[in-house]
Amino acid sequence: MSHLLQQEVPLNLYLLLSAILFCLGVVGFLIKRNLITVFMSIELMLNGVNLSFVTFAHQWHAVKGQIFVFFVMMVAAAEAAVGLAIIIAVFRARATLAVDRIDLMKL
Amino acid sequence: MHLILFILFAAFCLAGAVNLLFQTHPINSALSLIVVMVSLAVLYLLLGAEFLAAAQVIVYAGAIMVLFTFVVMLLNAGREERTRGSRAYIVVGFPAVVILLAIAATVVLHINGLGGSAFGDSLSGAPGSTNLEQLSEVLFTKLLLPFEVTSVLILVAILGAVALARHTEPERTAGK
Repeated sequence: MSHLLQQEVPLNLYLLLSAILFCLGVVGFLIKRNLITVFMSIELMLNGVNLSFVTFAHQWHAVKGQIFVFFVMMVAAAEAAVGLAIIIAVFRARATLAVDRIDLMKL
Repeated sequence: MHLILFILFAAFCLAGAVNLLFQTHPINSALSLIVVMVSLAVLYLLLGAEFLAAAQVIVYAGAIMVLFTFVVMLLNAGREERTRGSRAYIVVGFPAVVILLAIAATVVLHINGLGGSAFGDSLSGAPGSTNLEQLSEVLFTKLLLPFEVTSVLILVAILGAVALARHTEPERTAGK
């Protein structure tokens, strides 16, 4: 137990976790049929990539990786605001959130 | 200690992500996404990124997810309905995702010895400086222009969101 307490985490596990999170995001993007949940899956993918950025910043002792994550967060915030506004506009035009029913660009 | 915390919060993270996929109601998916984001904030703390952990909780788990839950409640989004749409994701999508995960896992598990700090500014330079000081020093000196451009991006996003979500009455726009 004591050697378990002092053991450092191999950074490969962080990268593996980030790869799994990204792939779960892709799966959610494919199988979910609700527009909002599809959008959440995109956020999950972004988070998975962010984790690998922070891991590499830790590994290489480079501050640039963390700054990149900061910018990704800002862009994700802007993307969420615009994307949810588009979802509201689509819902107003179609009165549905099912992606199978939103299959035409023209209103 | 780090290993136990990592295993605990990585398990939380994966459980939240899998739960997001299996829930049919969007509000449950949003709540499990919050679990994922808070667990990731703890993992950032373990990796020595204190500022990013705080930003993750404030920006992602706070702002973005509140926006999501607001939209879910505003649009009264119910249970997702499954229609007889395309089934291509079963044939093409899932094998592609499995291959992607296999390639990523193989690459990631065979990385060792990624070299020293050959990538510019070091994280652990001066002994007394914290993570936030190092981050802000680079952000406000070398990367000042991208930082300011990001603020313009946020402003444009606000204006775009307001313009897109605004309710326009058809008769008034037709009259003009």
